[in-house]
Amino acid sequence: MYQFLYNLIGNEIVAGLIVAVVPLTIILLFALFGIWLERKVSAHMQDRLGPMRTGWHGWLQTVADLMKMLQKEDIIANDADKTLYNIAPILVFTGSFAVYAVIPFSSKLLGSEVEIGLFYVLAISSLVVAGILMAGWSANNKYSLLGAMRAAAQIVSYEIPTALIVLSMIMLTGTLSLDKISQMQTSSFWNWNIFGGAVFGLSKFLLIPFMFVGALILFISTLAEVNRVPFDIPEAESELVAGYFTEYCGMKWGMFMLAEYGNMFAVSAIISILFFGGYQSPLGYFGNTIGAEWLVPFEQGFWFIVKGLFFVFVQMWLRWTLPRLRVDQLMTVCWKYLIPYAFINLIIIGIISIL
Amino acid sequence: MKQYLRNTWDGIFTVLVGMKITFKHLFTPAVTIQYPDVKVTLPERVRNRLYVNMDDCIGCDQCSRACPVSCIEIETVKSVPGEDLGTTSNGKKKALWVTKFNIDIAKCCYCQLCVFPCPTECIYMTDVYEFAEFERSNLLYKFATLTDEEAAEKKVNFEKMQAEKEALKAAAAAKAKPEAPAAPQPENKTE
Repeated sequence: MYQFLYNLIGNEIVAGLIVAVVPLTIILLFALFGIWLERKVSAHMQDRLGPMRTGWHGWLQTVADLMKMLQKEDIIANDADKTLYNIAPILVFTGSFAVYAVIPFSSKLLGSEVEIGLFYVLAISSLVVAGILMAGWSANNKYSLLGAMRAAAQIVSYEIPTALIVLSMIMLTGTLSLDKISQMQTSSFWNWNIFGGAVFGLSKFLLIPFMFVGALILFISTLAEVNRVPFDIPEAESELVAGYFTEYCGMKWGMFMLAEYGNMFAVSAIISILFFGGYQSPLGYFGNTIGAEWLVPFEQGFWFIVKGLFFVFVQMWLRWTLPRLRVDQLMTVCWKYLIPYAFINLIIIGIISIL
Repeated sequence: MKQYLRNTWDGIFTVLVGMKITFKHLFTPAVTIQYPDVKVTLPERVRNRLYVNMDDCIGCDQCSRACPVSCIEIETVKSVPGEDLGTTSNGKKKALWVTKFNIDIAKCCYCQLCVFPCPTECIYMTDVYEFAEFERSNLLYKFATLTDEEAAEKKVNFEKMQAEKEALKAAAAAKAKPEAPAAPQPENKTE
């Protein structure tokens, strides 16, 4: 897409900016839709109806909330460290937005075709930790600081199982490029990595159980990385007010919210790319069947969004099912359960892929 | 080791059990209603806002006396002979102008004790429960149908009649002094 725009416009910067606007639009629309979906899912799981008064089943509620947020006064506490306080939300949002640079939405719509996509995702999403720590420290509020410390401890710990599972997938596929990983899982759901990848043989069947374990561990650890329930101790409404963004208001608070929902979709996208075929259709393409090649990228985009939204839904589903973990339980799950399992998984997948 | 695997299994299994329950609830119809649009039908004998049907009120003051929190304030003026105030719906003849019938609903404790003594059943509880106000003074409900001028006029009429009666009485007393104490009694009881 960047190449196409570059040929069309002839200016690197303008083409780059236009390409960057696409994921930004997707994040904003997804945040609007995601917040509405979250409220509806939570409401219906509790036998309520949720927002009903703005538009059909309240679908404009988030827009109304956004309007309210934009109009709010930007209050900065006197004792806050103003520079860090103002940079923090931007940094957090940048971290989650930058991840979208390498995510292939379809074979024609991907921001950057870098070869080290997965490495980039792991690296750039760590920027969020810095932003969260800055937010917690600069606000000069005990709840914010506690939330930020918890967030840092949690995100750094859970990066280890994430990295181990990602590593095992890199060993299996032999590439770091998210687009290449997606391309490998083409033509049918049977070729998805969760079912052992595209290479047919004994190793494919041997891999299936370990792939399931890997997908589960990746899902749990990424869930913890984006601070969602049951791993929401950095925010923990009932203990820490709102955790690291307690002192924020208006659109700065909104940026944390946007970053949270952006992250939710980003990790869902990573899971669906690594294990569930990325933008590949599970049953072949309608465009190919009727001979309309131009339809295929759109179908790919559709499948990508569907898969992403499915995992976002599962995240919400878990949120309204499980209570919050205690800090020690959180660390137990990570260090005593996820990391050993991830290591064993890594070793077994390594041995099988050598076979 | 066995305990470790068991913990893992329990962790995954119990989460799945919980997810099954919440998924079932996702498709359960909502138990809540859209309140201002849809309202729950209230029980037959609910006690909410008081209402007075002034057409039937005879100004007997019994509700006011029954009220444990004194939230009903009634003032009446006797009618002068010749004025026709009509009858109530159950056939009682009205004899008093009700110049003031105030219910301070902010004080009301919704005990319904004022409803039972009413001889004409004109004060009763309705099922209206949405009457919040920004000003407490707005909660003072004035039921009297007479305007202030009319009420003043009735008062003047009554006083005039009273004065005339006094004058008559004085004249009678002047004429025959011994009969004086018996005279006022029949006047008060006629109505």
